Amino acid sequence: MNAATEIAEATHTLAVLVDDEPGVLARVIGLFSGRGYNIESLTVSSVDTAAHLSRITIVTTGTPQIIAQIKAQLGRLVPVHSVHDLTLEGPHLERELALIKIRNVGEHRIEALRIADMFRARAIDSTLESFVFELTGSPSKISAFVELMSALGAIEVSRTGVVAIARGSNLDMPVFSTLEVNRKKAKQPAGKKAQKKA
Amino acid sequence: MATPRTPNTRKPDAQMNGAAIILKALQDQGVEVVFGYPGGAVLPIYDEIFKSNRIRHILVRHEQAAVHAAEGYARSTGKVGCVLVTSGPGATNAVTGLTDALMDSIPIVCLTGQVPTHLIGNDAFQEADTTGITRPCTKHNYLVKDVTRLADTIHEAVYVAKTGRPGPVVVDLPKDILFAEGPYYAPNGNAHPSYKPQVKGDESAIERAVDLLAKAKRPIFYGGGGLINAGPKASKLYAELVRLTQAPTTLTLMGLGAYPSQDRQFLGMLGMHGTYEANLAMYNCDVMMNIGARFDDRVTGRISDFSPNSTKVHVDVDPSSINKNVVVDLPIIGDAATILEQMLKVWKAKGYKANAKPLEKWWAQIETWRERKCLAFTEDTSVIKPQHAIKRLYELTRDRDTYITTEVGQHQMWAAQYFGFEEPNRWMTSGGLGTMGYGLPAAMGVQIAHPEATVIDVAGEASYLMNIQELSTLAQYRLPVKSFIVNNQWMGMVRQWQELNHGGRYSESYSESLPDFIKVAEAFGGVGLRAETVDQLDDVIMEMLETDRFVLADIMVKKDENCFPMIPSGAAHYEMLLGPDDKAELETSENGMVLV
Repeated sequence: MNAATEIAEATHTLAVLVDDEPGVLARVIGLFSGRGYNIESLTVSSVDTAAHLSRITIVTTGTPQIIAQIKAQLGRLVPVHSVHDLTLEGPHLERELALIKIRNVGEHRIEALRIADMFRARAIDSTLESFVFELTGSPSKISAFVELMSALGAIEVSRTGVVAIARGSNLDMPVFSTLEVNRKKAKQPAGKKAQKKA
Repeated sequence: MATPRTPNTRKPDAQMNGAAIILKALQDQGVEVVFGYPGGAVLPIYDEIFKSNRIRHILVRHEQAAVHAAEGYARSTGKVGCVLVTSGPGATNAVTGLTDALMDSIPIVCLTGQVPTHLIGNDAFQEADTTGITRPCTKHNYLVKDVTRLADTIHEAVYVAKTGRPGPVVVDLPKDILFAEGPYYAPNGNAHPSYKPQVKGDESAIERAVDLLAKAKRPIFYGGGGLINAGPKASKLYAELVRLTQAPTTLTLMGLGAYPSQDRQFLGMLGMHGTYEANLAMYNCDVMMNIGARFDDRVTGRISDFSPNSTKVHVDVDPSSINKNVVVDLPIIGDAATILEQMLKVWKAKGYKANAKPLEKWWAQIETWRERKCLAFTEDTSVIKPQHAIKRLYELTRDRDTYITTEVGQHQMWAAQYFGFEEPNRWMTSGGLGTMGYGLPAAMGVQIAHPEATVIDVAGEASYLMNIQELSTLAQYRLPVKSFIVNNQWMGMVRQWQELNHGGRYSESYSESLPDFIKVAEAFGGVGLRAETVDQLDDVIMEMLETDRFVLADIMVKKDENCFPMIPSGAAHYEMLLGPDDKAELETSENGMVLV
């Protein structure tokens, strides 16, 4: 069976733990562009400075075969520690942060505040003719808010893209916090430690 | 789970400058030969080579050739090939070789010079973003910005290049790092925090694979370059398993030599220019055992009609090869040699015997395909047929210690079809990338590794011109490489496709203004020979073989001979053209036309 083109595409959210080193993001992005995979959103940040680890969250679409291929290709990169398909592995949370600037006056200005209140968006900057709202939530909630705001004035939008994590108590992709590294160091007998230093 | 990169707490073995650290690290990794070309940014390394005499340096005439030579060296020995080039143009010239090594999974470590750290990004003289340029054409690459990390980076580069699915690794070296004093650390077992290729196959999957094999009525083994990369042991184990199961085997272009060509169970190469029996056996089999091959488009033909009724087992060291082109039923990740050993163990432990009755029927069927003699060609009494030239070359070198490299095109396919290989590491060709100009430098690398052997570059005249400057390297190191130029005065494969797919409009495919290859050979200090008629051929081959200098044998062959059998682009295995007479039936589909 090779009717890959007839099989429906689905959106998957992937969490990728990588070495925090120069070029690692370029490797991941180059892989997607070079092999023609989609990126709907990509976020990256260092999550553990002591162990030099970054976590990349990628939202991508494809047939099951393509998604499997993307995961295998990511796993093959030398600085990649692990790849988790949050969409396949069970319930997970997805959140996005957005900053929305709206410029308007009069009634529209009041309506914007009212809607912002409903969405639990906070006004974090204001002039007499503008607001900047901060909003977190699912990508669809943010899109709905942006749509409403655009009806009330000229807007500018900055969105982070999705960050995601699995629900439940499992640590699928634990990181070695500075704290933990320190704790391990403390467990070593003093003599050994001294020897090493010498 | 992630493990952090442990800070280096080892005690350095010695303090030395960066250039010396590099040479010491290469030496400790067992590197004996480096193919390279000097330039400003790598002068400190060349100075160290001059002073230390630790490593043999082979001076090529173009950086692309350095990588191909290292590929030939690597593929004929199983060792890592090492390359040293300068920054900027040195690195960009190496890109074709690196891509070639990536496509064919050849272990290469390529050291590139770089402008000093403080000048990176300033568009300095001979600066190029080497790690950026080579990111998509290497297995991994490094930019060393700290001399304390230098020794471990070189160790790691060699380790990454040769383990798992082998490939090229670039280490970019800013010039100030080469001068800086730093610690040398000896190799320490190469524990890597995130790169951990799987070697052993999953036990239960292997058991299921062996059960499938034992119950198969029409099995076939389909072996690829992974068998060669897994070392000669893999080929031995492969042959043992094939013989125990009495199943037929075919090999890909990259796998030739993994199973003895003269054996009855060998059906020849498969794919676009593979044999009729191999392709039809693939189409009709019920269990396909793919060991170390990657379902390349040259092999599968039209995917929707690729072996539609078989259960497919795919053994590969690279998880990303699984289900990439063809969806398989049973993937097994791991090293080919290890998995074959595991499979043999299970086969023997379960007391399986070859499935005699159905196999007899299967072989009877295969023999009817074989009787079509798809590689037969009409001999000519005066004009040399290219197939005949390769056949005679094979027959006249059979009792020699022979290594064959090729360029890319018709001659390459004829060499794959008519030259038989009885053991691995004897056949060096550019499979995945199809790099014209590969054969001569590759042969150079092979000859460096095997000084006493007969090394022959089976070439086309057009490909040969792409790296002909390396004749100067052959002269410098007295490498008696034999170039067997199958000269039809056309870019033969281009001409063939123009004939078959583009209405015979031979746009720019004629090899215009060819040099006199005899004079070329002589100008470089070698020997030139020419055969123009069939009765001159054997004499020229024998003289070529007996000459102890490098030889260009210019074999003038029939100009418009096409390479058959052939699966037209976008067609299925059962739609093979066996010869020129089949041409009338040929109609490359519109879908096929857009494929390469």
